[in-house]
Amino acid sequence: MDFSLTSEQQAFRQTVRAWLKENIPHEWKHLGSSEIPRLEAYELLREWQRKLYDAGFIGLTWPKEYGGRGLTFMEELILHEEMALAKAPPILNVLGVGMAGPTIIAYGTEAQKKRYPSKILSCEEIWCQGYSEPNAGSDLASLQTRAVKDGDHWVLNGQKVWTSFAQVAHWMMLLARTDPQAPRHKGITYFLLDMKLPGVVVKPLRQITGEAEFNEVFLDNVRVHESEVLGGVNNGWQVGITTLMYERLTLGFGLQMRLRIAFDSLIELARRMEKHGRVITKDPLWRQKLAQLWIDTECLRVTGARAITKLLRGEMPGAEASTGKMVWVETHQRLQELAMELEGSYGQLAKGSEWAVEGGVWQHSFLRSRANSIEGGTTEIQKNIIAERLLGLPKD
Amino acid sequence: MDFGFSQEQEMLRATARKFLDNECTSTFVRARMEEPAGVTDEFWAKLAEQGWLGLIYPEEYGGTGLGFVDLTVLMEEMGRCVMPGPFVSTVLLGGLAILEAGSLAQKKEWLPRIATGEAKAALAWTEPNARWDAAGVTATARETKGGVVLTGTKLFVLDAHTADVLVVVARTAEGKSPEGGVSLFLVPKGAKGMTVKLLPTMDATRKLCEVNLKDVTVGADAVLGTKGGGWPPLARVIERATVALCAEMCGGAQKVLDMTTEYAKIRIAFGKPIGTYQGVKHKAADMLVDVENAKSLTYYAAWAVDENAPEAPLAVSMAKAYASDAYRKVSATGIQLHGGIGFTWEHDLHLYFKRAKSSEFTFGDATYHRERVAQLISL
Repeated sequence: MDFSLTSEQQAFRQTVRAWLKENIPHEWKHLGSSEIPRLEAYELLREWQRKLYDAGFIGLTWPKEYGGRGLTFMEELILHEEMALAKAPPILNVLGVGMAGPTIIAYGTEAQKKRYPSKILSCEEIWCQGYSEPNAGSDLASLQTRAVKDGDHWVLNGQKVWTSFAQVAHWMMLLARTDPQAPRHKGITYFLLDMKLPGVVVKPLRQITGEAEFNEVFLDNVRVHESEVLGGVNNGWQVGITTLMYERLTLGFGLQMRLRIAFDSLIELARRMEKHGRVITKDPLWRQKLAQLWIDTECLRVTGARAITKLLRGEMPGAEASTGKMVWVETHQRLQELAMELEGSYGQLAKGSEWAVEGGVWQHSFLRSRANSIEGGTTEIQKNIIAERLLGLPKD
Repeated sequence: MDFGFSQEQEMLRATARKFLDNECTSTFVRARMEEPAGVTDEFWAKLAEQGWLGLIYPEEYGGTGLGFVDLTVLMEEMGRCVMPGPFVSTVLLGGLAILEAGSLAQKKEWLPRIATGEAKAALAWTEPNARWDAAGVTATARETKGGVVLTGTKLFVLDAHTADVLVVVARTAEGKSPEGGVSLFLVPKGAKGMTVKLLPTMDATRKLCEVNLKDVTVGADAVLGTKGGGWPPLARVIERATVALCAEMCGGAQKVLDMTTEYAKIRIAFGKPIGTYQGVKHKAADMLVDVENAKSLTYYAAWAVDENAPEAPLAVSMAKAYASDAYRKVSATGIQLHGGIGFTWEHDLHLYFKRAKSSEFTFGDATYHRERVAQLISL
């Protein structure tokens, strides 16, 4: 067991640190929110990702021939730790980098692997994820979007929902049913959908925060060329599950980074606020709550290190990888609730009020955090997976 | 970075599991609960034979010179079978205090005998004020012509009744800070003026004592380390023993999860195994998360302690805060999921539930360690 870094890794850390110090945009003001990018910051974040790409600080573990650096998860981890410490802006094309890219590299044809990944990293092409439907959420395999073969094209009809980034996305990872006669999991195909194709209609959905970050996507006789199938016809469930595995691993690093940034911001806030005439960080009860939050945040980092070790040893991550999402969600939602509790009566004031604490950013991230335990697999589904796959409890 | 166990460590785990499965059965544990002594001489001799009693001591003192990550593996296995007896008190408290603070002569006198199982040690540290910080040390050590006179009451002392030597923590002077003026003394069993009383405990696998010191006179050579300089080595000893205890707690919690999972697969209710129901599944998943997180933090702390990393004190407090809550919750949920049978004396679950409770209060509970974390991250 060894937590120390090699001299090359330490040098890499220094390089990243120095680069971040010089390059984080001055306009970027990190405030409380630890969430996925907000609409108003999209342009700034697009430029930021481009800068990261030009400097070679994105897609570290991807093969060189597809735009990556061919490095290990250790460098990826170091990068994210440094980005957290520097309070760097988040990655805009988060679904492309975290899910679409690795899945295409794993399942794509050579042409697909040459075509997509580097544009994902440079943020030239933003990706969204077309999994959920109005009647297929946690029970994803019940999805009803249909794809019917017509010559060398597939004709798609159906509806996707809760689709973040669809309003700006160039591409969608889309699951559709290609064989209605086959068992539920067997008749699904994974498509790379060009969002500009005729028949694709995006309608923003207003959400709990009042913004419209996510969308409904309607597919009306959309003709997708057969070369845009990923991983083979009727093999979409397998491909889609891989995407989710990458989501847990790579997005996990990013989530860990945002959590650490949010924790540091919360502590800064706590140092400035008083309750009952006492600075919050001097209150014994608050010290307990904040210390527990720190422990849980660190625990995610350390558990992540256990998962990385298995990857570096060429083994599949076990229990320690599956619990990450769930633990992150619980910790992050608790953090956001603590922020509200800490603000007390001010917790009621939103953006626009001159009295709102830090311009109301915590109100936004607090509301946004309710989605955490739903998106990317609800906590209830995560628990079922842990109980059935890791503990071997019987399926219903 | 490599955050996993080595092949040698996995072999040590397999050996330990096999040994304990044979030697430390539930029948054995329950028999020891009824007796004053936590182990039989026979069992203790076998631990020595396995090389466990000197595992972390340097070779020149009869040990094997292994580290705390190695020990973590052993402690997890001991926790799995709720191993009774004075392993923690002898190897990790009394013995480790001698190793950390003792002179060459003191180390040579005691450590080889501890490693061979000939001698047992204990640490008389905490007092009726039930504090875990330096301010809790109020027993006094007064210098006289003949040596040093110790007076005070020590409480919650692990296995003092079977120890051949006690390391007594007492105040030689009022320091500027609570940490100053604390000294350590070697007091042999049967010393005049010292009375040891075994206390009835909820967790009968852990033997706790009251040690009364009434003008106990020891020679000047009984001082362990420097006079007034006892706190820093003691803090190191406690830190190390805490990591080991956390590992033991992880092992116990994992065993409860294993037992509960097996039971949920075979116990039928409403025509199905209860593990089919989400009400049971979700609780089992929560248990797994608690166990895995406690392990992550414990392994990290063990590594930090082995490396003398600057973050070691923080890592240890994070682990103990987490493990204290986790073991308590996991063992309670284990009982809940077993239903009535889990509440019986016959089922082993109560051994774990009680061990979780005693471990929670050993070396500081979660509240204490969270406050330490708050201090160490400069809140």
